[in-house]
Amino acid sequence: MENKIEISDLKVNYGDKPALNGISFNIVQNEILGIIGPAQSGKTTLLKVINRTLEFTHGVTIQGSVKLDGVDISTIGDVYGLRKRIGMVLPLPVGLPLSIYDNVAFAPRTSGIRIKAELDEIVERCLKQAALWDEVKDRLNSLGTRLSGGQQQRLTIARALSHQPEILCLDEFSIAVDPITTMRIEEVLKTLKNEMTILLVTNLVQQAKRLADRTAFMLNGDLIEIDDTEVMFSDNPKQQSTFDYINGDFG
Amino acid sequence: MEINTEISPELMFTESSIGKQNRYIENGVKIFFLIMTCLMILPLLLIVGYLIYKAFPVLSFEFLFTNPKDNMRAGGVWAPFLGTIYLVVVSLMVAAPIGVFAAVYLNEYARENWFTRIVNLAVVNLAGVPSIVHALFGVGAFVLFAGLGESILAASLTLAIMTLPVIIASTKEALNAVPMSFREACWNLGATRWQTIRRIVLPNSISGILTGVILQVSRAAGETAPIMFTGAVFYKAIAEGNVFAYNITDQCMALSLHLYTISTQVPDVSDVIPYGTAIVLVGSVLFVNAAAICVRVYLRTRKKW
Repeated sequence: MENKIEISDLKVNYGDKPALNGISFNIVQNEILGIIGPAQSGKTTLLKVINRTLEFTHGVTIQGSVKLDGVDISTIGDVYGLRKRIGMVLPLPVGLPLSIYDNVAFAPRTSGIRIKAELDEIVERCLKQAALWDEVKDRLNSLGTRLSGGQQQRLTIARALSHQPEILCLDEFSIAVDPITTMRIEEVLKTLKNEMTILLVTNLVQQAKRLADRTAFMLNGDLIEIDDTEVMFSDNPKQQSTFDYINGDFG
Repeated sequence: MEINTEISPELMFTESSIGKQNRYIENGVKIFFLIMTCLMILPLLLIVGYLIYKAFPVLSFEFLFTNPKDNMRAGGVWAPFLGTIYLVVVSLMVAAPIGVFAAVYLNEYARENWFTRIVNLAVVNLAGVPSIVHALFGVGAFVLFAGLGESILAASLTLAIMTLPVIIASTKEALNAVPMSFREACWNLGATRWQTIRRIVLPNSISGILTGVILQVSRAAGETAPIMFTGAVFYKAIAEGNVFAYNITDQCMALSLHLYTISTQVPDVSDVIPYGTAIVLVGSVLFVNAAAICVRVYLRTRKKW
């Protein structure tokens, strides 16, 4: 299997405070990689390094390399093009203060797509993929910010899919979503796996178990263990702390 | 040990002594703040009321559209009124674009470093410089060095320098009010900073930006010191009723300076003329401010989150 992302010796510091202490692992093409771990373990930082939005944060230093399809992302000149190859869904839903239609059409428009029929098709496809189409198809012109929290989160997922990313990063997407909708989105992710690589950061250990092909366990900026999900959730993962965390003994 | 969990209804609904004390304090504080608010409104009402009462005999459109006559002891305020409009419009045409775009750069693009810290410090301090100092700068820079002479242009540029820092500060505040999460969402979608600013940040901060700019109208209209040495004159007759009566390189009259002149420099002016002039000045400022409030209310009803 082909490596989509190769991370080697990645160190990140916020000022003097370390967030990632030199982690190395690979993400395989078309897998769902679950990343679990308690708060402050560096999961979100990792995602922000991959789409290079961490660079906006004041006083941050990044060392080591992240390669996407074999190319070091820090050498990519077109950072906006890089971000379009990566879909990002953040924990708290952010509906942009635009209509539902314009929310989803935002990214395609920034890439220069102007033809109405083409935009219509993208909007419908993405909203369907995010399991939101049936609820909003009659009011695409109403404001995205007026939707409920769970709907806004699905809108965020639809928006992340609108620029046809190769990698989809989901950062605790189910925090603001009810369990039924979570299950529907999880079904969607299983089919999306055929088209893209998915990074699933989650606080719900069972969600990683349900979805992920492989699971990584992070703790205090270190990568403790990464392995096939069955191995991680079995009775004998390599590290004792992995077993303790998954079984709820701490964290 | 047994804990008595039963509370009689009488006891439950009887106010405790600390509850009573809190209620008295709460009411006292509320009334105190209300009195302060009234003290704030009262002078404004008294000023406007007194001005209208004193100026009532001359209040008419004729007063607005005729030049001062008989060594400014009669007639209207057309020349100073139009002069003030020229000064305000030209100064805002210069200050508003520079101020707004500079604020966009400072708030959206600039990273925090020694340069932006100095710029921000300069903006704050420039806003605190007395207007007479701006006037001296205007004389040196625009009238003498740039060779504009005493003219509407030189006076307007001086006013622009004076209003610029406040426009920058208010625009930055308006931009800051747009939540950071919107920008992050756009960047995650691969939007450039300009695409983010144009589609999300500016449409949602434009009401605050406009309000800040329009409020500077009253400041530019009211100042006397910056224009006294740079372009405003005691007396100048112009064509009545022609809004293009001034040329930008001309000197002009201005309401604030005119009011000063007829109150202190010209003997035997009947009382109604200065009061009428004051009413025109205050009235036009209030009119512009009311327009700003209308714009803000209209744009706020369209607020999207």
